[in-house]
Amino acid sequence: MDNTVNLQSEEGFTHNDGIQVVAFRLGKEEYAVDILHVQEIVRLLSITRVPRSAKHIEGVVNLRGNIVPIINLHKRFSIESAGEEEDKRIVVFQYDDLKAGIIVDEVSEVLALNNNAIEETDKVYSSMSSDFIKGIARVDDRLFLLLDLQKIIE
Amino acid sequence: MKMDMSQYLDVFLEESKEHLESLNQKLLDWEKNSGDIAALNEIFRAAHTLKGMSSTMGFEDLADLTHHMENILSDLKEGLLEVNPQVVDILFQCFDRLQLIIERIESNGSGEMDNSELIMILESIKGGGFQTTAPAADNGQDLKPEEILTTQHSNTTSFDFNQYDMTVMREAASRNFASIYIRLFVDPGCLMKSVRAFMVFKVLEEDSEIIKSFPPASDIEEGKFSEEIELLVITASSIKELEGRLNAISEIKVREIKEINFASLASGSQQETNGDQISSSQDVLKESKEQKGHKVKQTVRVDIERLDILMNLVGELVMHKGRLEQIGASSKIDELNETIEQIDRISGDLQSVVMKVRMVPVEQVFNRFPRMVRDLAKELNKEVDFLIEGKETELDRTVIDEIGDPLVHLLRNAVDHGVESPQERLKRGKPQKATVILRARHEGNNVYIEVEDDGAGINIKRTLEKAVEKGIISAKEAEVISPEEASQILFSPGFSTTENITDVSGRGVGLDVVKTKIESLSGEIFVDSRPGQGTRFRIKLPLTLAIIQALMISVHDEIYAIPLGSVDETTMIKNEDIKMVQNQEVIVLRGNVLPLFRLASLLEIPGEAAANEEEMYVVIVRKGERQIGLVVDTLIGQQEIVIKSLGKILAGIPGIAGAIVAGDGFVRLIIDIATLF
Repeated sequence: MDNTVNLQSEEGFTHNDGIQVVAFRLGKEEYAVDILHVQEIVRLLSITRVPRSAKHIEGVVNLRGNIVPIINLHKRFSIESAGEEEDKRIVVFQYDDLKAGIIVDEVSEVLALNNNAIEETDKVYSSMSSDFIKGIARVDDRLFLLLDLQKIIE
Repeated sequence: MKMDMSQYLDVFLEESKEHLESLNQKLLDWEKNSGDIAALNEIFRAAHTLKGMSSTMGFEDLADLTHHMENILSDLKEGLLEVNPQVVDILFQCFDRLQLIIERIESNGSGEMDNSELIMILESIKGGGFQTTAPAADNGQDLKPEEILTTQHSNTTSFDFNQYDMTVMREAASRNFASIYIRLFVDPGCLMKSVRAFMVFKVLEEDSEIIKSFPPASDIEEGKFSEEIELLVITASSIKELEGRLNAISEIKVREIKEINFASLASGSQQETNGDQISSSQDVLKESKEQKGHKVKQTVRVDIERLDILMNLVGELVMHKGRLEQIGASSKIDELNETIEQIDRISGDLQSVVMKVRMVPVEQVFNRFPRMVRDLAKELNKEVDFLIEGKETELDRTVIDEIGDPLVHLLRNAVDHGVESPQERLKRGKPQKATVILRARHEGNNVYIEVEDDGAGINIKRTLEKAVEKGIISAKEAEVISPEEASQILFSPGFSTTENITDVSGRGVGLDVVKTKIESLSGEIFVDSRPGQGTRFRIKLPLTLAIIQALMISVHDEIYAIPLGSVDETTMIKNEDIKMVQNQEVIVLRGNVLPLFRLASLLEIPGEAAANEEEMYVVIVRKGERQIGLVVDTLIGQQEIVIKSLGKILAGIPGIAGAIVAGDGFVRLIIDIATLF
């Protein structure tokens, strides 16, 4: 009996009160994506350039025999890459039936975000890249930009 | 209690479709030649099987319609009904309805449909006074034996009578026993065929003696026969009695029963002068044996998905074999290299077997076209002879699935735009009936599919006018354009020469869609046409899309794969060999002037070329009918590659056909010559 109650309350927490996100750094800014979309995080793989593709496509990698396109958000958002080469990672995510990776400067942590900590973007943030941002989360003094993966894939 | 049939649904659907296809095809044959009894028999058989299957599965509407159809067919067969175009048309309509019902069953499991209007028509054309509701299967019983005898060809049996048989029959005749030949049909849906066969034997042995059977009795007892049994019995009963008794056994139907014309047989073999007759009866025997051999060929139905998985696994294997080969080459361990050679051989065999399993004859797609062309020609009041050549040509399953729509388009095009009306053809001194040919053939690693008509040909002048009008080319370009280039305009997006959109081929889709489709299959399409004589569309397709041979080349720091299918040769040229013509670099190769392109600039490859500027490698590739030179830095070598898709995000980049995971684990891109320039 006790178990059941516990389980329900836990589920209740994740569903009603917030989401879990993977937080990472692009340049000096902090971003986050819904953990449910993240498939894995890997070290930088050698990337093959794809000629005639869109500018923000860095190329493709071999992820255990699968070809995965890699998106360069630094280029898309005009952010200078910063930090140690050693810390860079590829965040591989799956959205609908599309799989792609994002190069990030550092993966910082997994966070549980409270829904009321998330604000809609147009109120606070307006720039070219706001199209790709779903919202902004404030945790203590830090700001996390929540990426809209669907827009990024388009 | 209702049996759960759902597990048989897939098999039912698949087999129904096959029967429908054969119905359509045979009816076409029969329409062309109404004397073709074999075709009619085939139609009847397919309809009957379909009826049995659908009523077993509980699709009553389907069974009911088939049943009424069968009545008509049986009347036709027995000559109670005259053949006329109306009857053929209504039968085709019934087939369409059956198709519709089957499609419904496939999509939502329900085969319910009101077919009363079709059934009414069927009833109304049915033979006068033959108002029966009894199943057609019983109609045979109403016939007198004499009638059966007259409708059958004499002595077309699978038996070859030897001296012994002759003696037995002669003996029997002298005691007033009749020698009777019986051909029985066992319902293919019948689960225990051997039991049915046993019952047949039991019934016959009450007062007759079976002296011969085909297949041999031992096979029949084990159920090793397709759907027909042929028997030769000596009996005291009459043909009618025997037939009645045999038809009473469920799932067994008498197809043919007749008395052996003993005298003619005897004279033939005794005098041995009438060699013709003997050899012809042997031919019949051989033929029917071949037919049977074909029917009982052992096959297994395999889910295509499983084949795809198998293919993927083989792909992975080939890929890792490539990696092993590289390790082997650098490590120089003899034992390892020997093993690798073995693996190479085995994976090669495995690959070709899997590939063969995936190959399907184009027949599968082609079979639905005769009907389509017939209907279309009728609708447009044109007379068209439709010929299919090389339907046994095999293609990869994935290609087969995709090729149907483009071919429909081309055939509609040929009948609608290509072929003229009969009056116009006569005026131009052509035979009234036009010919449309659909042809498939193998050539090297490619399959060519051609759609050819003997119609008016492409009107180049009108094509150019249209193209200028639609802004596809400028008026100036139209003046200097060559006829070949002009016909290529047909494939431009937004081009269609018919003024009026008909519901036949002008459905807002042009030949550009066909071209795109073909190119997505790594194929090419060409058209050539002679005014007044006809048009020919040629589609070139690779045999398979999964694993191909490619030439690996490098430019600066990047490595690419060029499918060997597009490579004619490689050569080396010097800087001074390059000439300029109209701002385009060209080279002369054995008297031919070829345009020269640098891959580095086509693909904006960063970095510097290797130091050796004096000489350079050129890969001569073929795009359509043209040869083009591609400058690369180095030729790495030939390799077997497993093509992988770049995925939706990167789909449709011109010049890139896909990617491979090379032996070293890096991703390399495959160049698509058709869209590179």
